[in-house]
Amino acid sequence: MVMARAFDTKISALYKAGKIFGGVFLGRGHEAIAACQAVFLTRGEDVYNPFIREQAGRCAWGESVLESARAYLGSIDGYMRGRDSNVHWGNPASGTPVPISHLGAMVSVVAGMMLAKRFKGETGRVGVACIGDGTTSVGATHEAVNLIAVEKLPVVIVVTNNQFAYSTPNSQEFAASLTDRGRGYGLSCHECDGTDFMATLATMQRAISAARAGEGPQWVVANTLRMCGHGEHDDAAYIPEELKAAYADRDPLAVARRQMLEAGWLTEAEAQAWDDECRDEVQRLVAQAQREKTPNPADEDWMATSWNPEY
Amino acid sequence: MSVTYIDAIHQALDELLAEDPDVFLMGEDIAGKFGGAFKATKGLDAKYPGRVLNAPIAEDAIAGVGIGAAIGGMKPILEMQFADFGTLALNQMGNNAGAHFYRTGMPINVTLRMPCGGTPGGGPYHSQSLEALFAHYPGLHVFTPATVADAYYMLKQAVQIPDPVVFLEHKFLYRWLKADSWTDPNPLPIGQARIARPGQHATVVAFSAMVPEALRAAEELSATSGYELEVVDLRSVKPLDTETILDSVARTARLLVVSEDFPWGGVAAEVVSQVSAQGFHLLDAPPLRLSSHDTPIPAHPDLWKAHRPSAAAIADAARYLISL
Repeated sequence: MVMARAFDTKISALYKAGKIFGGVFLGRGHEAIAACQAVFLTRGEDVYNPFIREQAGRCAWGESVLESARAYLGSIDGYMRGRDSNVHWGNPASGTPVPISHLGAMVSVVAGMMLAKRFKGETGRVGVACIGDGTTSVGATHEAVNLIAVEKLPVVIVVTNNQFAYSTPNSQEFAASLTDRGRGYGLSCHECDGTDFMATLATMQRAISAARAGEGPQWVVANTLRMCGHGEHDDAAYIPEELKAAYADRDPLAVARRQMLEAGWLTEAEAQAWDDECRDEVQRLVAQAQREKTPNPADEDWMATSWNPEY
Repeated sequence: MSVTYIDAIHQALDELLAEDPDVFLMGEDIAGKFGGAFKATKGLDAKYPGRVLNAPIAEDAIAGVGIGAAIGGMKPILEMQFADFGTLALNQMGNNAGAHFYRTGMPINVTLRMPCGGTPGGGPYHSQSLEALFAHYPGLHVFTPATVADAYYMLKQAVQIPDPVVFLEHKFLYRWLKADSWTDPNPLPIGQARIARPGQHATVVAFSAMVPEALRAAEELSATSGYELEVVDLRSVKPLDTETILDSVARTARLLVVSEDFPWGGVAAEVVSQVSAQGFHLLDAPPLRLSSHDTPIPAHPDLWKAHRPSAAAIADAARYLISL
């Protein structure tokens, strides 16, 4: 979470300095939800489909922020090699499919990856599909979640309700409760305050363990507020000031630190050291990505398929 | 023994399941005793338990599951009940499967079978030929078999190719098109068009169910006027074998492209464009297209027959082309 926040801060600064092509999308307010889901997954065994605001989840999954930096900067040493960018990156072979921009499309892809594991006889695996409040409105999401329920696939669908789909508030996005939506598919449902680190940790552990144990697909609604714009181009002026004020002392990082200090998991000195180490690490890795080569159009093969006929 | 086009598809699916444990089938109504709306998968569920999966009515999710399963090392063969409903899977196929290799470096071995094309009474939403929509997206191979042997070999080849393949099976050919066998001593490789009938007066490029129509037109023209049409069966619209087309046009100097699809921006337009750009000097007359009308496909058999190119319409168009 600390690493993700440090990376977000750095990449936002680079965006504002005009150093990033395309958009920049932060996970402020989502860190506890993302970290608490991925910490229960194993890279190379499970499936994890982070998307826009799951930088903390990517870190917990085991991907260095170097890969995020490479995606943003178009490094040819990154997974996407400048062919896609920002939050559209992943390594399908190790369990992170690469999201497309069309919301909801990846839920069925996660289902398919888990179906493949079923065919291959890999048991005890879990797939986590990350969606948001807005994505619950998309038809593709409905099709996929229903299919997951019918096939009883070990998938946990985490709905992060940050209250705004870009600028559209929940009231204009859906009329039912998001948890009822999950029940409607016949899924086991969980709900938590996604700014409460300990509660979120317990909820994710429960849901992921249940799916792993063969208890069927799970639906988790984690509530928070997006504590930034949709992207860094967006000042989020549509979020009412009183709502922002209500979350002023609910920054997931501050809450987590407070809770971990109280629980004795962490000392003040360690917390300070984490902050410093993460900032230094981000600085070093982003600088590395900045030094790496970007794609040369003259070297591009422009091949969209791996197989082509021999004429 | 006489076998049909759909027998060939059934045989190919049966063999693919038998030969490769990574192959599985998914689609609507394809499992159980029912075996699919057109019976292409009849009996396969019983023969290969657990490998023929019925899906909810969810075309987008079927394609998405196929993509995910292919990422996981499987070779899914998906069925859209009708190609018309393939529009609901177009996002996953075009934007996700088609883009996957270029974006990630990992090819997606998904085969999407779609029963396409018109039949009498099919109407606007059970008759369409959507090869142009799918071929438009980078990263998809689009196959349009027109013979019993091609239905068999090209489906088997589709699964050998590690990329997404859209396999368009013509519904009219399913039981109408017969052959002694689905085997062919020398099956052509994918990407190569076939000279279905040699001739010297004009080249008629066709694919899918327009190939037998073009062959009938050629016989009629030969019998009535003595003109000999050379019929080129594209077999796959993407990859498109422009070399075979240009070689034929070099012999005949005249080109007519026939397509059952809507006219605007279709495969016929693409072929005319390629020949105009690469073989303008070979042409003695303007290249012509004959497509269906630019309206939805009508349901009444009399209207439907007039909507799509018929053998008579192809013969008329060829006669006009030769007169120019």
